[in-house]
Amino acid sequence: MNDVHDVALRLLVVFAVFLVLPLVVGQTEHKVMAHMQGRLGPMYAGGFHGWAQLVADGVKFAQKEDVVPKDADRRVFQLAPAVALLPYLLVLVAIPIGPSEGAVGQVVDAGIFFVLAVMGVGVLGSLMAGWASANKFSLLGGLRTAAQLLAYELPMLLAAASVAMAAGTVSLPGILNAFEWWWVPWQIVGALVFFVAGLAELQRPPFDMPVADSEIIFGAYTEYTGLRFALFLLAEYAGIVVLCGLTTVLFLGGWHGPFGADGLGWVWTLLKTAVLAFVVIWLRVSYPRLREDQLQKLAWTTLVPLALAQIALTGIVKVAIQ
Amino acid sequence: MREQTVVATGATGAADYFQTYSVVGLLAVVGVLFVAVAFGAGRLLRPVVPTPEKLLTYECGVDPVGEGWAHTQVRYYVYAFLYVIFAVDSIFLFPWATVFAAPGYGATTLVEMFVFLGFLAVGLLYAYKKGVLAWT
Repeated sequence: MNDVHDVALRLLVVFAVFLVLPLVVGQTEHKVMAHMQGRLGPMYAGGFHGWAQLVADGVKFAQKEDVVPKDADRRVFQLAPAVALLPYLLVLVAIPIGPSEGAVGQVVDAGIFFVLAVMGVGVLGSLMAGWASANKFSLLGGLRTAAQLLAYELPMLLAAASVAMAAGTVSLPGILNAFEWWWVPWQIVGALVFFVAGLAELQRPPFDMPVADSEIIFGAYTEYTGLRFALFLLAEYAGIVVLCGLTTVLFLGGWHGPFGADGLGWVWTLLKTAVLAFVVIWLRVSYPRLREDQLQKLAWTTLVPLALAQIALTGIVKVAIQ
Repeated sequence: MREQTVVATGATGAADYFQTYSVVGLLAVVGVLFVAVAFGAGRLLRPVVPTPEKLLTYECGVDPVGEGWAHTQVRYYVYAFLYVIFAVDSIFLFPWATVFAAPGYGATTLVEMFVFLGFLAVGLLYAYKKGVLAWT
């Protein structure tokens, strides 16, 4: 009976985090972007510095008409937002935020494996949307999304494998238990590769060629309106939370901090995740969009060799200190 | 005696395994319910006023020419091959990563690793020389 309560509570917390944190990141993006561009951003909704702007957006989206184009593949078109969104919910359950048994949704033995596999599914949603819309721009956007996944999944895998080598385990809490502070400089190249590749998989600027609004309208999401469009947006921000959380856990030591992990571990995890999320927003404001061939070139001629070099370095150091 | 412990840990291992993934499965059910409720509620809340213009495919605001599933040249199919080859290779890194530095392996596995990396690097170099990695 206790077990049932325990599991229900964990699922509830994971679900709440899944709904709240992406909105926090979204609101932060509104405000941070605005201030970086010399604007104020939302100020009206909710009274205090427009804190309720995204709630108001949600209400607006829920009231909008849901248009499915006549030529579209109706079923696939309607299902795509769910396929894009749900993988990120499943990934959240495996990310540990503190050292104790209670600070993770569910310990998954094959943590890294599970997380990377499930995250890859999200891209399928964009591909479905792009194909099912029966729109030339959507199709182009969908194919660009697929190309981006093909290019960036590999460096991401290799960088994650480097951490698994360092820790000698693929379980996420196991990796954090083995963590030492000097892993940060040791794995820094892998960390950069992982973070950049993750950004590219989320199609965040400067890797937002698949949704380049000035040439293909909004890529795979061109035909979407209302609630389904809102779910795609939610997926993007949930993706930012997941990517930053994973980078924190794999490369930045998660709950480890200068003042010890006891009791305050989860604060460190959240703090590091928040700083990374800020960097994601910062990059959006400061970097111009990469062209499609530049995207591919960056992945295959820079990130993949770097990730391979990191694996070699990890292997040598690990065997040397053994 | 020894066999018994092995069997016992095997059983709890399997139980743990199923418990882990049933929790993940439950969360997937929660997620599907969330989407279903959202779509169901949306159906009740939103207006439905379709017009032929609204249902038309949106391309630049002018009437679309030809059909949406137009012929496109998928330029990166060679990348797709590369990706499949590399990704399948790198999957094998993970089980290897958990044991490669265990006592008794050390230098041997390190040499193996360099052989593996060598294969990948030569493959990449070959693709680069062939001009596959340049976008035309």
